[in-house]
Amino acid sequence: MIRPDAPVLLEIRDLQARVEDQPILKGVSLTIRAGEIHAVMGRNGSGKSTLSKVLAGHPAYTVTGGSVHYRGEDLLALEPEQRARLGLFLGFQYPVEIPGVSNLEFLRVATNARRSGKGEEELDTFAFEDLVKERLQVVQMDPAFLERSVNEGFSGGEKKRNEILQMALLDPLVAVLDETDSGLDIDALRIVAGGVNHLAGPDNATLLITHYQRLLDVITPDYVHVMAAGRILRTGGKELALELEERGYDWVDAELAATERAPAEVV
Amino acid sequence: MTSTATVGDLVSQPYKYGFITDIETEKIAKGLSEDVVRLISAKKKEPAFLLDFRLRAYRQWLQMEEPDWASLGHPPIDYQEIIYYAAPKQQEKKASLDEVDPKLLETFDKLGIPLSEQKRLSNVAVDAVFDSVSIATTYREKLAESGVIFCSISEAVKDHADLVEKYLGTVVPGNDNYFAALNSAVFSDGSFVFIPKGVACPMELSTYFRINSGDTGQFERTLIVAEEGASVSYLEGCTAPMFDTNQLHAAVVELVVLDDASIKYSTVQNWYAGDENGKGGIYNFVTKRGQCRGDRSHISWTQVETGSAITWKYPSCVLQGADSVGEFYSVALTNNRQQADTGTKMIHVGPRTRSTIVSKGISAGHSSNSYRGLVQIGPKAVGARNYSQCDSMLIGDQAAANTYPYIRSQQPDASIEHEASTCRISADQLFYLQSRGIAFEEAVSMMVSGFCRDVFNQLPMEFAAEADKLLALKLEGSVG
Ligand SMILES: Nc1ncnc2c1ncn2[C@@H]1O[C@H](COP(=O)(O)OP(=O)(O)OP(=O)(O)O)[C@@H](O)[C@H]1O
Ligand SMILES: [Mg+2]
Repeated sequence: MIRPDAPVLLEIRDLQARVEDQPILKGVSLTIRAGEIHAVMGRNGSGKSTLSKVLAGHPAYTVTGGSVHYRGEDLLALEPEQRARLGLFLGFQYPVEIPGVSNLEFLRVATNARRSGKGEEELDTFAFEDLVKERLQVVQMDPAFLERSVNEGFSGGEKKRNEILQMALLDPLVAVLDETDSGLDIDALRIVAGGVNHLAGPDNATLLITHYQRLLDVITPDYVHVMAAGRILRTGGKELALELEERGYDWVDAELAATERAPAEVV
Repeated sequence: MTSTATVGDLVSQPYKYGFITDIETEKIAKGLSEDVVRLISAKKKEPAFLLDFRLRAYRQWLQMEEPDWASLGHPPIDYQEIIYYAAPKQQEKKASLDEVDPKLLETFDKLGIPLSEQKRLSNVAVDAVFDSVSIATTYREKLAESGVIFCSISEAVKDHADLVEKYLGTVVPGNDNYFAALNSAVFSDGSFVFIPKGVACPMELSTYFRINSGDTGQFERTLIVAEEGASVSYLEGCTAPMFDTNQLHAAVVELVVLDDASIKYSTVQNWYAGDENGKGGIYNFVTKRGQCRGDRSHISWTQVETGSAITWKYPSCVLQGADSVGEFYSVALTNNRQQADTGTKMIHVGPRTRSTIVSKGISAGHSSNSYRGLVQIGPKAVGARNYSQCDSMLIGDQAAANTYPYIRSQQPDASIEHEASTCRISADQLFYLQSRGIAFEEAVSMMVSGFCRDVFNQLPMEFAAEADKLLALKLEGSVG
């Protein structure tokens, strides 16, 4: 839902980042207000996951330019765990397995960390179990998954559901969901999308990274951005996704070539 | 520094128990000779059999050579530079705690082991050993009611000489190995536990070893006997002050278990490990062995090894009785320049004997951590079974982990299973936890304690949480 007067939650300005010596983000700008759903699309390797990890504070990426403000605060100055406590959530494209760490325990510690960030009291084990049972229904997940180690041996789709379960527990203000739809069967896609819709509200915002229109059929984006070679090349409404679906990315490439030529023409 | 610091930046936090108690100590002169052995025995007013035992061991020690097969490196130990007897000056062991030097009580208070009537742990009897001697044992009367003897080995030599003579040196002979021989010659104190036939020890027993003097070796000797059908759970804890020299600790523990009896022996070892450059710390050369003498007897070793500059330790089980069971659960954590070579020996002698080995090695910093284990199945051990699992976790990229499993079987029908794995805490795993609001250090600690869970589950409840905290403390870094 677009409301021009809604508060800005995330303000990304000309963000540049590299991994080791390789520049990957080359100037990303994006403004996200409360209540909005943004979709980011783009070819493999265009930098979508990199953007999400830079936002969450992954240590492998070095920011070389630009700024990110989260509710007016300099996001890049915060530790990853502080970002999470303040309500930034990243649903990973490839959630890692953490053998030996109980999923239930992990979810409880994470939930309490987020609660402390909201100035709320920590939940004891019993109160937490009640909460998690309730939130499990959002993703229709079997409680048996709580007993296992974090993501260990989970199927691809189960891992994605576990991500959405975390989102449901952490109650984020800005959720960045990196290809949460890939690897999901048709029913799971419906359930996960239903969960995202259920959690989306006027006070929070969602940034969906996806390759597929089928997700955007269920979660209607307010904005669609196309990323290419570390930049947002084009921004439009939901019809932009449909156009991509029809025409592929070739025309984006043509446009990219044009912008790269542009400075030379000026000279 | 921000969390962009890698895992390798974890630095152990300052050692908490490094203080020195200022107390007048009676020490004998440095160095080792037959006269020193006689002097120790005389100071303790020992019976002839014990002096003989010491002298035989000493003479054999002189013929032996320090073992060099472990993956350990250290400058040569000068055995003439060590003091072999040090005791806080107080005449006799006191009948009542009120008479014990308050400084000593205070020391144990500071270590979290209150001894006084009002403050002592409610379900754990404690024998407190300070340098070479036992200074107090709590709950003795209560234990005596059920026939359990729990006292220092020096007292046992006086009051229960027959039992000591019957069992001492029968599991670890005086000439077993270099360090055991040294211990047999000069041991000063330690704990003695005797659980008579049919008695389940009504409380947890615990000995707490404190090294205080800088130039003293610590050579304690522990003997635990569980008669037919008896059972006991025993825990050993240890700390030492921070000195920039190395102290030698060469202990011997012997367990004897008769028919249907069981001993559960747990260790939480937190000697001083030396500083981050490897200066100082305890050299820990320990021989621990239990003998399942009776049928259906049971020995379980659980150890959490976090301290020591050097750990050389292989708590073992000789499974002699039919259907006897041996278990070894171990967490060994090394950081900075620490070196650990630890594991177990399971010697299957009797039919249908079973053993389980679960070893978790965690290496951080520039440390080196080796598991060395022997599973031996003798010709009479029909139907013997062993399961071993050895997992290593590496933190950072400068640490080393090795596994040396030795299997010798003379019994075609035995079943031996060995599993091993190595993992590294990855930056992506830590980032995943951090991205859920969990701080870097807590994330490391969650992963480490997850890795150790199978072993921690074996610890007596009172100590499992302690062990968890201890590991976290050892790994806690100045990451911020
Ligand atoms: N840690 C890294 N080390 C080296 N290269 C990296 C690293 N992370 C990302 N890259 C490179 O950066 C580029 C962008 O990767 P990114 O994962 O952001 O793409 P993406 O848009 O998410 O692609 P996909 O649609 O396949 O998920 C790729 O060329 C990738 O190989
Ligand atoms: Mg991606």
